[in-house]
Amino acid sequence: MKYRIGEFEEIVLLTVGILEDDAYGVNIKNDIKARLDRKVSVGALQAALRRMEKKGYLTSEQGETTSKRGGRPKLYFRLTALGHTALVESRETRNRLWDAMPPPAFPQLKLS
Amino acid sequence: MPEKTTPAPPKLALRLFSWFCHPAYHTDIEGDLMEHFEDNIEEKGLKQARLLFFFDVLLLFRPGIIRPIFKRNPFKHPTMLQHHLKISWRQLVKNKGYSFLNISGLAMGMAVVILISLWVWDELSYNKSHENYDRIARVMINQTIDGDIQTSWSAPKQFAPALREGYESNFKYISTTSHFTGRALIVGDKTIGRSGMFVEAEMPDMLSLNMLSGTRKGLEDPYAILISASTAKALFGDEDPMNQSIKLTTDDLLKVIGVYEDLPDNSSFSRAHFFGSWKLFEQWQPDWVGWGNRWFRAYVQLADNVDLEKASATIKDVTLNNLSESEGARLNPEIFLHPMSKWHLRSDFENGKVIGGRIEFVWLYGTIGLIVLILACINFINLSTARAEKRAKEIGVRKTLGSLRTQLINQFFSEALLITGFAFVLSVVLVALLMPFFNEVSGKEIIGWWSKPVFWGLGIVFTVLTGILASTYPALYLSSFRPVKVLKGSIQSGKRASIPRKLMVTVQFTVSITLIISTMVVYQQIQFAKDLPLGYDQSNLLSTYISDKITEKYPVFREELLQTGIVEEVGKSETFITETYINNSGFDWEGKDPNLTEQFFTLRISHEFGKTIGWEVLQGRDFSKEFASDSTGFVINEAAVEYLGFEDPIGKQVKWGENGYYHIIGVVKNMITQSPYRPSPQMIYFLDYDRSGVVTLKLKPDTDIATALPKIEAVFKKFDPVRPFDFTFMDESYMTKFRGEERIGKLAGFFTILALLISCLGLFGMIAFVAERRTKEIGIRKVLGASVFGLWQLLTKEFIVLVVIAGLIAIPLTYSYMSDWLDNYEYHVHLSAWIFIAALFGAILITLFTVSLHAVKAARANPVRSLRTDS
Repeated sequence: MKYRIGEFEEIVLLTVGILEDDAYGVNIKNDIKARLDRKVSVGALQAALRRMEKKGYLTSEQGETTSKRGGRPKLYFRLTALGHTALVESRETRNRLWDAMPPPAFPQLKLS
Repeated sequence: MPEKTTPAPPKLALRLFSWFCHPAYHTDIEGDLMEHFEDNIEEKGLKQARLLFFFDVLLLFRPGIIRPIFKRNPFKHPTMLQHHLKISWRQLVKNKGYSFLNISGLAMGMAVVILISLWVWDELSYNKSHENYDRIARVMINQTIDGDIQTSWSAPKQFAPALREGYESNFKYISTTSHFTGRALIVGDKTIGRSGMFVEAEMPDMLSLNMLSGTRKGLEDPYAILISASTAKALFGDEDPMNQSIKLTTDDLLKVIGVYEDLPDNSSFSRAHFFGSWKLFEQWQPDWVGWGNRWFRAYVQLADNVDLEKASATIKDVTLNNLSESEGARLNPEIFLHPMSKWHLRSDFENGKVIGGRIEFVWLYGTIGLIVLILACINFINLSTARAEKRAKEIGVRKTLGSLRTQLINQFFSEALLITGFAFVLSVVLVALLMPFFNEVSGKEIIGWWSKPVFWGLGIVFTVLTGILASTYPALYLSSFRPVKVLKGSIQSGKRASIPRKLMVTVQFTVSITLIISTMVVYQQIQFAKDLPLGYDQSNLLSTYISDKITEKYPVFREELLQTGIVEEVGKSETFITETYINNSGFDWEGKDPNLTEQFFTLRISHEFGKTIGWEVLQGRDFSKEFASDSTGFVINEAAVEYLGFEDPIGKQVKWGENGYYHIIGVVKNMITQSPYRPSPQMIYFLDYDRSGVVTLKLKPDTDIATALPKIEAVFKKFDPVRPFDFTFMDESYMTKFRGEERIGKLAGFFTILALLISCLGLFGMIAFVAERRTKEIGIRKVLGASVFGLWQLLTKEFIVLVVIAGLIAIPLTYSYMSDWLDNYEYHVHLSAWIFIAALFGAILITLFTVSLHAVKAARANPVRSLRTDS
């Protein structure tokens, strides 16, 4: 079976994995911002989350609410086994490619 | 719950979001948004946060988040779709007359739109077949004459070398070329006439000629020639044309070094059937050709990364810097580049700036097409809403049985799509049938349109859009009926319900009347210009170009022609009398305003030319061989007398630059030798036997042209056996001046007829509907003694009122629009009241006829039948 995930999807999956029990919309967004210094719009993030839920890489579960959310419940995401396999596969693909790459062709800078 | 202390996010954004968001995702994403909003308030302040909230909501509008448009995919679950189509089909079959009116009306409207779209497409794709389309430009020149900037694209042969020398980095290719010139191409005993150009070696590369054999290079050799595939076929048949020799009209033998695919009709170079070498052409030019002799053309291709505007500004003064005072430096010549993308559609200049061109026609016809389509849609809307009462019961029953409004709307949409689908098929057939006629009228060669996928793709999109445009109102209107009311039979059918329909009929007739009046005015203007007095006699007058061989022996040649007994007179001139566009400056005379930058149109002629064309001498005399001094004589026209400002012009002296002094010997009546729509310009005629390459013959009256021509040809062949004998009748040549206007007239007429037909179809449907609804009323009236005429009046009256209202709207509209159009012509007809009255009465007559077709039948019906049953 082929697991095709894009670069942004990979980041989102990994972040959900990192956050474990605390992975809901705003938190994921803030975490990506903190770790990677990358701004993500709510729209892009939500679209990616739902897409991967449909593919079966994530599951979701409704949780509690806070005053900040005006009574709306949080939706927690969790990485599934399938999602985990997809991440591993993606990493291995890259590793294989890195292993196959010859040393850089440009001359090394010599300090002398 | 803790008190809310922080401000709420913008309500509008929240509502927008809840409108488009998939319901399953709504609450938690909204929660996320609000939490994010609170964070933002702390970080960036309230204002920023509200703005960001809007952005976030907008960015959420994407597939995956928005709610699905259809609850169910109709193609996955086709039951309802099948149902709709089945019902629609049954409706069509049941009401055959109605379906026919609807489909044919729409088909006509769509056919017009397709024809116009194909025309517009062809116009917009002009010249695009050239690979370097967006890099090619022609060099043009602006000159100030009489305070007025005149623009021309005639170029001196010095442009190209000057551009190469000083400004080379701006250009990739530069070429001086000849104008298109007709030549006889001779191989063995085969002679064919073809038009072509003489160009520099870089030109074939610039035009990206598609070589079928040979190469684009090689026009460096003066005796090389490139020919088009069709020319090769005509000259050599199936033989290999490469390296064969072709004799041009002159005795030069040229070698074929390449064959290129014929250039398409919508290329500015489509008439180039051969490309000869500029070097050869240059040899034929006199040595003294200078910067002031703009007899050629100049083309450039910009270097990559060079901006056209900048290049144009850089070369601005090239002419000025090279021109001496006497040659016209005081005309302040400025040269500039006119890009290929504008040649066809934007090449009308005023005061040195592009003001438009054919693009105006693209807009005009585009608008007409759209309007005709709207007329067709109006028919559809009217017919469907008029039939509402008939279907009211159906709708009532459906609603009672639980149909949702959306389902009913879908039902009507499918019906409309089915009808537009049939109409599209029919319209394609119509277009195929009309195409030959349309091509002829529009002067185009549109072929192969049906084999392009783009056409079908756009066609289907356009069909669906038309379907939606036509059916939105009926679908919403019909589906809004309340079941209780319609089942009780009290649907609103009073005056109010028919107001929108009446309005739309009025719109249709306003458009039709506008088009009728416009067409009539265009034809009147053409007729007016055709009837203007010419100032000379065109009957039996024919002209042809002659070669040097005839010019050398002209007096003998003339004698022999006269001896044939069928030629009354023979004269020679520089150009055809219908095309005297050669102008000159450098004139000086007593009492001339020193600030005037003068310009005269000049024509070199022989002694007998005036007599040949039958001009009318008003003062003084014509040229005569008895006066040797006539070689420095001028014959001028009335306009020139006024321009010079002489009270008594005969005998007055005029100095012409280095040519010296001339004296005026005669004044002739103004003749139309250029545009029939403008007053004659100032013209000077003078004697010159060397530079007059056109011979004009006046045949004796009652000459049979068919027997006369071979005799004349024999004389021509005797002196010049090579050049094919080819002549133009001056009355025919004159008529070509009206072609542009005639084309507008014919197309306008064509669209008018279609618009009228569509409107009448609609009207026919409406009267049928009205008569049917009033069957009982008519029956009762008849029983009570109403006459057929009275009933006919009753039925037709309301439509006549509508048409009269339409006329009252159309007349002032057309008046202002057509006055503007006529103002383009200095000589034009005056809009007379009778045109408007005639158009209005015409429209009323057509309406009466259409309505009567049905009204009479309804009025004559036997009342017993309509009153027998009570339904």
